[in-house]
Amino acid sequence: MTAKVSVEDVERVAELAHLELAPGETSGMLRDLNAILDYVAELNELNTEGVAPLAQVSELLDEAGQDSADKGVLRPDLPLASLDRATVLAQAPETDQAFFKVPKVIER
Amino acid sequence: MSSEAKAVESYLEKPKTLAELRAGIEAGTTKAADLAARYYDRIAQVNPRLNVYLSLTRERALEQAARVDDWAAKGDPLPALAGIPVSIKDVLVMRGAPATAGSRILEGYRPPYDATVVAKLESAGAVLLGKLNCDEFAMGSSNENSAYGPVRNPVDTERVPGGSSGGSAAAVAANMAVATLGSDTGGSIRQPASFCGVVGVLPTYGRVSRYGLIAFASSLDRVGPLAGNVRDAATLLGAIAGHDPKDATSSLAPVPDYAVESDRPVEGLRIGVPAEYFAEGLDPEVRAAIGRGIAALESAGCTVKPVSLPHTKYAVPVYYLIATAEASANLARFDGVRYGYRSPDSETLSAMYSHSRDEGFGAEVKRRILLGTYALSAGYYDAYYRKAQQVRRLLAEEYLLAFGEVDAIVTPTAPVPAFKLGEKTGDPLAMYLADIYTVTASLAGICGVNVPSGTTSSGLPVGMQVLARHLNEGTAFRVARAVEAAEL
Repeated sequence: MTAKVSVEDVERVAELAHLELAPGETSGMLRDLNAILDYVAELNELNTEGVAPLAQVSELLDEAGQDSADKGVLRPDLPLASLDRATVLAQAPETDQAFFKVPKVIER
Repeated sequence: MSSEAKAVESYLEKPKTLAELRAGIEAGTTKAADLAARYYDRIAQVNPRLNVYLSLTRERALEQAARVDDWAAKGDPLPALAGIPVSIKDVLVMRGAPATAGSRILEGYRPPYDATVVAKLESAGAVLLGKLNCDEFAMGSSNENSAYGPVRNPVDTERVPGGSSGGSAAAVAANMAVATLGSDTGGSIRQPASFCGVVGVLPTYGRVSRYGLIAFASSLDRVGPLAGNVRDAATLLGAIAGHDPKDATSSLAPVPDYAVESDRPVEGLRIGVPAEYFAEGLDPEVRAAIGRGIAALESAGCTVKPVSLPHTKYAVPVYYLIATAEASANLARFDGVRYGYRSPDSETLSAMYSHSRDEGFGAEVKRRILLGTYALSAGYYDAYYRKAQQVRRLLAEEYLLAFGEVDAIVTPTAPVPAFKLGEKTGDPLAMYLADIYTVTASLAGICGVNVPSGTTSSGLPVGMQVLARHLNEGTAFRVARAVEAAEL
């Protein structure tokens, strides 16, 4: 966790996230990410061995004994009506009435 | 207060409460249509200086107002919010109305459906006036990250209203709506409520449906009300809370009458005060104002005792790792294919994605996507994301332990009063620390209320955060009522 981010790291992460950064922008992001990562490094002071990760809090509501009805909250998996195609396509930047249109996918 | 700041005092006339307005509509002395028209006049007058509203939904509002006036004329029983002008943060969708999330990337988007909270507000009779400015994708603590310009604080227009629900808080403070909805991921309702001197509610995670809320960090995002007083906020929460089959994380627990719960006296309640929230970095005037709030609770018959939340100092790092990781995944959907902004003239699909996202997202959103992608990337996942989730459990468990000893915990909502526009924009980390007292409750999923607890010597509002255990909003409202009643 002491590893600092390099320009190459920022560029790699930007590519993973489909973000394009201008050269000036990269240096600013590099500075900010390093400052933030330095700051979050204080989590290393804590020994968390054996602590189960908590991804979301529904289980705590059960533990608190206040929401036991929430167990099995998922609805039955049944096909239901959704938005119709024309309504959805009306929001798209480009369509052929049946599908979304995008620039070419495979570069020759 | 400076003479410039005094110039905005005229915005702050004392508005009527929700109950007073509703009684007028029921008695026929106020028409919902006239009330809506008066609010639209006020918005037209004040918005150019404050930049609170991004769009108005006038046609739909006036139709709803006419419907309410029909009910009242026929003597039908009126629902809880009949004719009440309410506005919503622009991260919630309304069919056919712009939904920008404060971002350029959603330019032109007209959602084809209503958020569950929108449908619930309207079935409770509320008249939805329009959509409120906010930080882009709810990422920010000052409203300066909006692609549509910052909101100004009605108390002092040189200062920020807080964020990210800055428009939601400022609209209530400037009486541009009777009440509003905001969203709170790490403090985004409570902190602006504190900066603008209004009441803001963080409901328990799962208490209010997130269907139709544009997602930021799904394990943390909540929708909640802001209002001019505690009872109005409680009434609003009652109208929007409850199970929704369209949100798998929404709670099945029954919804109590929060307004009635808020009426109950506080005598005998045990109030915890965590020393960790009164340490270095707390503005002395904020400390003093919160001290007066705590004294008021003692006078009202509460028992005040110290509690310990020793992991508090780790909450901001945990929050910024988890929230950005979730955001990096949630914001992957904005790709120029299905809705919103597409960069023109890209040769390939991959170039179209990155050009659209580069041109559509602002700097803070990019910063958080990068941080979140980094924290989730191969080789760093365990060190950052998993570690943060482990500490999240420690933070949540220490709250549950504390709530074994006390009914509510009170803290300052923010370490400082509203700061000046531009004061923190150059330093992202300094801006993140504005959330230092609010992120723990977000991570733990518990509920809370910001209630005004007096002002600084220069007249800036100070907010007290009242926290209660999961699904105990009623207790938080009771305590907040007692602070409000002290008229600090």
